[in-house]
Amino acid sequence: MSDRERSKSRDRSSEQNEEQVDAKVETEADVEAIDDLLDEIDEVLEENAEEFVKNYVQKGGE
Amino acid sequence: MALQKVLGTETEYGIVVRGDPGFNPAVASSLVVNSYPGTRVKVQWSYEEESPGRDARGFGHDTYGLIDPEGAVVNSVLANGARLYVDHAHPEYSGPECSDPLEAALYDKAGELVMQAAGDAASEASGRKVSLYKNNSDGKGNSYGAHENYLLSRETPFGEIIRYATTFMVTRQLFTGAGKVGKENNRPDIDFQLTQRADFFEEEVGLETTLKRPIINTRDEPHGDPSRYRRLHVIIGDANLSEVQTFLKLGTTALMLAALEDGALPDPLDLADPVEACWQVSHDLTLRRPLELDGGATATALDLQQRYLEWLAKYVEKELDQPVWNQLLEEWERTLSRLESDPMSLADTLDWVAKKRLLQGFVDRDGLEWSNAKLRAFDLQYHDVDPAKGLYNRLAARGSMRRLFTDDEIETAVSNPPEGTRAYFRGRCVSDFSDSLVAANWDSLVFDVGESHLKRVPMMEPLRGDAERTGALLDEASDAADLLRRLGG
Repeated sequence: MSDRERSKSRDRSSEQNEEQVDAKVETEADVEAIDDLLDEIDEVLEENAEEFVKNYVQKGGE
Repeated sequence: MALQKVLGTETEYGIVVRGDPGFNPAVASSLVVNSYPGTRVKVQWSYEEESPGRDARGFGHDTYGLIDPEGAVVNSVLANGARLYVDHAHPEYSGPECSDPLEAALYDKAGELVMQAAGDAASEASGRKVSLYKNNSDGKGNSYGAHENYLLSRETPFGEIIRYATTFMVTRQLFTGAGKVGKENNRPDIDFQLTQRADFFEEEVGLETTLKRPIINTRDEPHGDPSRYRRLHVIIGDANLSEVQTFLKLGTTALMLAALEDGALPDPLDLADPVEACWQVSHDLTLRRPLELDGGATATALDLQQRYLEWLAKYVEKELDQPVWNQLLEEWERTLSRLESDPMSLADTLDWVAKKRLLQGFVDRDGLEWSNAKLRAFDLQYHDVDPAKGLYNRLAARGSMRRLFTDDEIETAVSNPPEGTRAYFRGRCVSDFSDSLVAANWDSLVFDVGESHLKRVPMMEPLRGDAERTGALLDEASDAADLLRRLGG
């Protein structure tokens, strides 16, 4: 393998490492995003879920 | 070349009056429809030309006597050509006839704004909060519809539609589902499934829409010249909040029907038991369940959808090489390939995936059982049209859902009709000549211009009455009487 090729192959492997790092960051960001999202939704969720579900009755239609 | 697939959606919204569990849904729905503050004309809906009891297989049923009188009380036509009315116990928005699936998806979204405005006004008028939900099930065995309509040629034999569309309808549920916690209608227990409606389908073919629901509905009511047209009334879909999803649902179906009419599809792959397959597809979160085909082979719903995609991609290349259909193919291909490799990556595209991701988040974070009422409440709330409460709306506001339209485009579609169909003429008449418009139907308008009898304008051709043919005429007419004179009446 020539120096040039070796250097290319090194570049590739370092690129791959960077991609892996990126992928990991993305997963953590995703987890964070869903936690944020759940927190936001907590604030608007129906206060009495059981009552709300019980009263949600839809008859007739189509 | 197949007829242009004029199409549209009709959606019954779920309704709740807060603090009044015993509310009468028909009265509450009337209040919502009557309170709508946007441009519209309250009309008498003329049932003369309607025949929901006529069967495409040729049987005749006269069901005029069955039309719910509540439905006739509150009826209005909107400036965008849509119909807003009370269908039994729900407020219903029937979008205008559109020229392509992208436009039809836009007008479907406009319906959410209409309901939002009507719900707000009803709350103000009654002093109680009225909430509206774009969903299809109450989780207690009651389902209400989101129907789609497609214009077909009368020459297309109905048997061919049954033959080709059944497998397609069952398998498209992979990307038409809005997601649901639990099961209904005596189907096997499940924590979460892809669709709201699958549990309710019990027949392969039939006329009913409220019980023993069929995969292929045979209602033969063309809302146009019956010697030239059919209208395929599709009842097996879910109402979608996701714009991309509505586009996919309408676009893939319209394309399949166009290819069917052009004889461009190879022999269909028939499911051995479409009714069983219907709920099985919906209950299978792995998306890998083999479905039995006629003749003993098996295939997954994804395999079958891939086949349709291959066939229809070829059809578009040959016959329909237009931007909207190419955009559709791109979305379809992307969706199927992600469903295959990583379904959760569609959390920004499909309602069922978006909902599943959030529900799973709550299950994991709070250690909830799937039977917990919180998850059911959450499921319902996903569909609330209120921008502050609706969970889809919250996701969209955060930029977590892919969009096809801007808020401005949807707002514009609330008060302006599509330009390529007769909905244009209808909508413009609502905007410009509301004082004289007294009755309406999909295929006619009736005016009172102060003469001894009313004047009826028939619109039996869905593609006429468009902006190109009637725009100048409507611009120039000084009033309804003048318009009718110019029309030659």
